[in-house]
Amino acid sequence: MSNTAYIYDAVRTPRSKGKKDGTLHEVKPIDLGAGLFRALQQRNDLDTSYVDDVIMGCVSPVGEQGSDIAKMIVQNADWDESVAGVQLNRFCASGLEAVNSAAAKVASGWDNLIVAGGIECMSRVPMGSDGGAMVGDAAFAVKTGFVPQGIGADTIATIDGYSREDVDAYALESQKRAAKARDNGWFDSAVVPVLDKNGVMILERDDFIKADSTMQGLGGLRASFAEMGKYGFDDIILKKYNTLERINHVHTPGNSSGIVDGASAVLIGSEQAGKDLNMTPRARVRATAILSSDPIIMLAGPGPSAKKALKTAGMTKDDIDLWEINEAFASVAMRYMRDLDIGHDITNVVGGSIAMGHPLGATGGCIIGSMLNELERRDLSTGMLSLCVGGGMGISCIIERV
Amino acid sequence: MSVFKYERDNDGIVTVTMDMTGPVNAMNAEYHEAMSETIAKLEAEQGMTGVVFASAKKVFFAGGDLNDLVKADPEQAEAFFNATEEMKAGLRRIEKLPVPVVAAINGAALGGGYELCLACNHRIAYDHKSVQIGLPECSLGLYPGGGGVVRLTKLIGVEKALPYILESKCLVPAKALKVGMIDQLVDSIEALVPAAKEYILSVKDDELAAVQVWDRKGYRILGGAINTPRNVQTATMGPAMLSQKTRGLMPQMTAAMDVAFQASMLDIDTALRIEGREFAKIATGPVAKNMISTFFFQLNKINGGASRPQNVEKNLTRKVGILGAGMMGQGIAYVSAMAGIEVVLKDISQDAADKGKAYSEKLLQKRIARGQMDEAKAKGILDLILPTDKNEDLQGCDLIIEAVFENIGLKHGITKEIEPYLSEDGFWGSNTSTLPITQLAEASAKPENFIGIHFFSPVDKMPLVEIICGEQTSDEALAKAFDYTMQIRKTPIVVNDSLGFFTSRTFGTYLDEAAHLLTEGTNPVRIDSLGKAIGMPVGPLQIQDETSLELSRKAQETWAEMGVTDKWGNGDVIRRVIKDMITDNGRGGRYHGGGYYEYHEDGSKNIWPPLYELYYNADYQISDQDIKDRLMFRQVIETLKCLETGVLRSVADANIGSIFGIGAPAHTGGFIQFVNTYGFDAFIARCDELAAKYGERFNCPEIVKEQAKSGELFS
Repeated sequence: MSNTAYIYDAVRTPRSKGKKDGTLHEVKPIDLGAGLFRALQQRNDLDTSYVDDVIMGCVSPVGEQGSDIAKMIVQNADWDESVAGVQLNRFCASGLEAVNSAAAKVASGWDNLIVAGGIECMSRVPMGSDGGAMVGDAAFAVKTGFVPQGIGADTIATIDGYSREDVDAYALESQKRAAKARDNGWFDSAVVPVLDKNGVMILERDDFIKADSTMQGLGGLRASFAEMGKYGFDDIILKKYNTLERINHVHTPGNSSGIVDGASAVLIGSEQAGKDLNMTPRARVRATAILSSDPIIMLAGPGPSAKKALKTAGMTKDDIDLWEINEAFASVAMRYMRDLDIGHDITNVVGGSIAMGHPLGATGGCIIGSMLNELERRDLSTGMLSLCVGGGMGISCIIERV
Repeated sequence: MSVFKYERDNDGIVTVTMDMTGPVNAMNAEYHEAMSETIAKLEAEQGMTGVVFASAKKVFFAGGDLNDLVKADPEQAEAFFNATEEMKAGLRRIEKLPVPVVAAINGAALGGGYELCLACNHRIAYDHKSVQIGLPECSLGLYPGGGGVVRLTKLIGVEKALPYILESKCLVPAKALKVGMIDQLVDSIEALVPAAKEYILSVKDDELAAVQVWDRKGYRILGGAINTPRNVQTATMGPAMLSQKTRGLMPQMTAAMDVAFQASMLDIDTALRIEGREFAKIATGPVAKNMISTFFFQLNKINGGASRPQNVEKNLTRKVGILGAGMMGQGIAYVSAMAGIEVVLKDISQDAADKGKAYSEKLLQKRIARGQMDEAKAKGILDLILPTDKNEDLQGCDLIIEAVFENIGLKHGITKEIEPYLSEDGFWGSNTSTLPITQLAEASAKPENFIGIHFFSPVDKMPLVEIICGEQTSDEALAKAFDYTMQIRKTPIVVNDSLGFFTSRTFGTYLDEAAHLLTEGTNPVRIDSLGKAIGMPVGPLQIQDETSLELSRKAQETWAEMGVTDKWGNGDVIRRVIKDMITDNGRGGRYHGGGYYEYHEDGSKNIWPPLYELYYNADYQISDQDIKDRLMFRQVIETLKCLETGVLRSVADANIGSIFGIGAPAHTGGFIQFVNTYGFDAFIARCDELAAKYGERFNCPEIVKEQAKSGELFS
């Protein structure tokens, strides 16, 4: 490829509960995004007129998040009027898809500097607000055998034999790691506090993490998808996976990703952009990958996508220092580690979405920042990032420090 | 003179009285002509104040002509779509008339009949139980494609409408009023048209009375469109529950739900057009053909007495004796008493007989609790049952049904002992599922009055009775058994005497093939899962656990004693499984402490773990399709053999018997109709493949090849 896509910076907002009692509920999506963009500009003393495009992932792009929110944020942040913006949606991969697309555009040589990331104010635009054929199109649902993701996650646990204790133990570890990282300030350089119009602090750090989680507490939560399963969804799975006798419903709000508000932004550019703007690259994008797997289970794509990315990069798994898999559900992360034969010690080292929450369209950008910080802190070189994606897709990205 | 009588009165109200040639008003060529003429006249009227649609027949309107529908092929889909659109355009013109249009519903308005009512502005029905209202199309592989899905959805909302569309429920007028499917009741037929006119006069100054709700400005569907947040439950769970119920095998229901969902979001004209396009696909498709052929034409034929000797006068059973108050006997007592027949329920001890009667009491209590029956009526029914341990109480029964254990010696003994108590012209029925009637009749003094009456368990729920004629059974006895079956509101099929008759013999192949799959190393969960995937109510291993492996063992024992082991095919495999399961491991079935499955107190169950060690081979390779076809084809082939050898007397009995008695997948139209739709050449070829791969039990019966030569379908 002619050009290398460098990562110059990666920031995110803190994440907070995506319900009306969440700290960020009062913040408009375009304000949350604009605050982050202003900070990105200031941190890098960025001449925004140099930016070719802004790509923002958003999974519920309707209402306040509708009509190309990327462009709305650019304007709301008072960036130069020459800056374009596009919103994209690849379900939970949207944020990483934005990064991967930006990297591809830069690598192609047709663009020099792009901001990529995502936004999801789930407290203001609830999940599912955008409709779609998976819910409400009877012919499609019956034909394809749609089941909610949680049932797919429970199916992975059933097939792989993860018990309730296994997934809860995984969740507890995520909470511990995230709390430790936050409390030690390991996130601080990538997290931009959210301020109001007067500069008064609304939220400085992640407040979704439940540092006081215990196995007992997690064990007391009710399985979220057991009831739903009874009304037909379990049968749909059992019809396809016909050697399973039943679905073991193990996922609860405690071992699934949290619903939160948040935004992310990653500055991706060519070598030339760094020279022109006097910026030092922190890492480069080595390879990206997207594919799809069984759309019914829907969550089994990350492992295969990581393997595809390794192949594209001409690397083996041993070339990867740290791994990051979005913790949509505990079983997704556990299946990923099993697929790739890697340990938890090098995977999600600062916790994940079970602890910090999963602001759907923004998460892909968020994890670029945490991975970059952690590679730097540990002085390691290479990180793989992966997410499971609606419709059975899996996405991955390999970044390498320079 | 049109078959639609057209009268305008002094108030400017036009009454259209439908009086078509033939017994009912129906949507056929004559309808199209009469309706077009009528609509043109109505549209040309000056000073008209309202229209009343009435019927001169017993039935208000009978709907689409299934004779036409069953012939429609996929190649004719476009023509079919255009014809439906034309018919629907007529209904649309009726509802767009500038005056109120009222349906005066004097009799059943089902399917197309109710769709005509839906195109009226106001629906008044005679409040009588004979006036059935509803949309039963889905039960015939169709859906209400004449505007029924769209208009009912728009009238009462998608969530409320769906059950009436998908479940083919027919309602009495009072219930239909409650649901909102009609607007008004009158208590006599004579009051209908006057009430309709009175309504029209009462809304004279209300312009909206002439406009359907969905054509009014600012119309909002009740409960909201499917894509509104409050319907997310229906939108998500609806298709899942449908998938669970139909296993995706009922395309008409999926299409109906899809059209209803869309209708909730779209304007009426667009929705009607979508309904028509989907309908053309469904109505010309295989499932509609299968279900119309079997559940309409063949079932009507059976219920119309096609297999009943015509030379015998109709007979009413007044008093029935039932020997054995076990599971079968108590069920037979209940259904007989429910039909108003006096019952003597006899067992060896009074206590056992009382227990048998208590079963009826339990079922009646349930009906009372559900509000389906009042106390007095329940008591009256219960009082019809006399539990006893005395033979004398059986004196004067005009039918005695023996329902004791499947043992020839025992049955012979009882026949000799009790036959004398039968009334002079009474007849004797043996409830057996496998034993040859001719042989059982040897103990009878009047073998001509001896007949097999095979009930299915649970008797109160299963709709079928298999009547078996022995060699000497007379036409009179057959006619009486037939009439009794109709009397207890069940469907009779009539078969000739042969080991296992039709249903048990064919059902046995389902279990036998599962035993083959199991011993070959197939995962047992997969066997049952794929049994359900083809549309059988339960998997073969589970059903054998329910009916009990022990029963299969006893049957094998009995056949050995009779010297008829392996009469219909090699049974080594199932005997091996029975030995492994029962003799070596004591796994006799669910009610013997567990079988293939182990059962837990919380109602859950799982495969008995050692079953995997016995047979499961993870390396055994077999496709899902082969497993499905093996489970299906074995039963189909056995049914074909029964037809070929005259055990079955008609295709109708084969199809209905297979569905009602064995649980053959309804969407196939039964085990013989399955071959029609599969295609003879394709069926023969697939049999050859399966036979080459899995054994001669899949050899295609000659009857298929002969039928293929004839160029006609099995009918």
